[in-house]
Amino acid sequence: MSIDLKTVKHISKLARISVDDEKANKLKGDLNNIFEFIEKLNELNTDNVQALTSIAETTLRFRKDEIKSENIREKILKNSPEENKDFFVVPKVVE
Amino acid sequence: MSDITSQSLFELKSNIKEKKLSSEEITKAFINRAEKSKKLNVYVTDNFEKAIDQSKKFDSNPNLDFKLPGIPIAVKDLFCTNGVRTTAGSKILNNFVPTYESTVTQNLWSQGAILLGKLNCDEFAMGSSNETSFFGNVQNPVGENLVPGGSSGGSSAAVAANLTPVTIGTDTGGSIRQPASFTGTVGLKPTYGSCSRYGIVAFASSLDQAGPMTKNVRDCSMLLEVISSFDQKDSTSIDYKRNSYSKELSKDIKGKKIGIPKEYRVDNMPDEIEQLWKNGILYAKDCGAEIIDISLPHTNYALPTYYIVAPAEASSNLARYDGVKYGFRSPGQNLIEMYEKTRSEGFGDEVKRRIMIGTYVLSSGYYDAYYLKAQKVRQLIKKDFDDAFSKVDAILTPSTPSSAFKIGEKTNDPVSMYLNDIFTVPINLAGLPGISIPAGKDKNNYPLGLQVIGKPFDEQNILNISYALEDKINFKNDISDWWLSE
Repeated sequence: MSIDLKTVKHISKLARISVDDEKANKLKGDLNNIFEFIEKLNELNTDNVQALTSIAETTLRFRKDEIKSENIREKILKNSPEENKDFFVVPKVVE
Repeated sequence: MSDITSQSLFELKSNIKEKKLSSEEITKAFINRAEKSKKLNVYVTDNFEKAIDQSKKFDSNPNLDFKLPGIPIAVKDLFCTNGVRTTAGSKILNNFVPTYESTVTQNLWSQGAILLGKLNCDEFAMGSSNETSFFGNVQNPVGENLVPGGSSGGSSAAVAANLTPVTIGTDTGGSIRQPASFTGTVGLKPTYGSCSRYGIVAFASSLDQAGPMTKNVRDCSMLLEVISSFDQKDSTSIDYKRNSYSKELSKDIKGKKIGIPKEYRVDNMPDEIEQLWKNGILYAKDCGAEIIDISLPHTNYALPTYYIVAPAEASSNLARYDGVKYGFRSPGQNLIEMYEKTRSEGFGDEVKRRIMIGTYVLSSGYYDAYYLKAQKVRQLIKKDFDDAFSKVDAILTPSTPSSAFKIGEKTNDPVSMYLNDIFTVPINLAGLPGISIPAGKDKNNYPLGLQVIGKPFDEQNILNISYALEDKINFKNDISDWWLSE
């Protein structure tokens, strides 16, 4: 299997990473090399193998459903790229 | 008394306890050496001024019951530190100052340690040479223009160069053990679920673990004792009784069964590594251990599995870097354009490559063929270890298939870079503990490591085996301080 330029552009769209044609071509080469290496897995028959979903054989813990008010608004907004004391600011979304 | 910065953690501790050295003297000695060691590029952000204040504070009312009393420690820049910039080696977090502390670093400070600064690493811990860092490559103190390994390359270089007494790194596919091997230091990746992942910048959540990097096995046991803890804030943290690793450390490994997996004898492996492994086996026998040949038949499938699972998890974890809430933002005409430009300019090439791989293997129509397939093979790899551990107590292998390579040697070929982790990746996939200890040198006099792999939660056993081997190997790192400036 090989990944073409159209697929690279499609993946970059899904990943929300813009790439120009030069970068896309370079990525195409890299990804094909990497997938050639990954395809080795097809040598194995895994029809009757159950997929591993958790490496630590434990079930997730429950905690009490409690409201904790830590007043952390300021902390959360502290690293916001565009300053505003109440909200995260983004370009206009609704026309 | 030997030079302050060359002392082990235990030497520094006893000098503080016996009042032969103050925390301030020790802290200043490390800072002074760091000022002359800029050429190594180990620091992304230093915390020197605050560290001196804290050391004075410690000396004014020293608590000598602490496990790390007034000991200055630099940590990998992947651990969030409250009020101190945390970048993960990335432009996208260049200006990020956490408002909270990772559990593992909090455990250090709660035992009296003092933050010296944040150490360079591969961007988002994706790399095996520290060359993907936005802040430039790190020099291996072992020799000029050699990589220190990665991703915890700033950490391994800092320990080897006596710029921090001990440090902590993170290991997703070998990022503690491979750099330890390249620099002649000790590095341990604990069992998945031992050390909390809370506050560590996430790479691949089912594989990531924090662990100690030190000059010797005894220091490693003490640091593990401090950082390993159950934590409510990490949903995969496991609540079990942890050993007092440093107190229970013992060279008595008589009767221990040590497995030697034949699949780790790979093509083109240098003779020196084969010889190193043979020596390790002889030393283990000398100590009274029983050597048993074992098979881990799916070893060759571990790297391809890893390069599906890890990028898949990374692509999902790194979706949060969108320029909205924190970090770097590149302005756009609309929201989507802002996302795309921010991520395109904020991430480096290797990170983008892995996000693309991960996005592809999780995308509609490909999930079964890649991601599901990989999770099935991961089960087979885990089963290999389960079977082996029904016959043996631990497994001994080389840590890496080569010694440290030159800066720039492998940057144009991602797959050849990935092959560095061939002996370390299977251990992460199976969630097991593994430790690399320095075990010899190659023809260029570059260090080589041996890896001891244990059963889940059996860190004490692999520490003990390493402690016994370390004594027999008697490795000496001869580092010439070639980088020092006035």
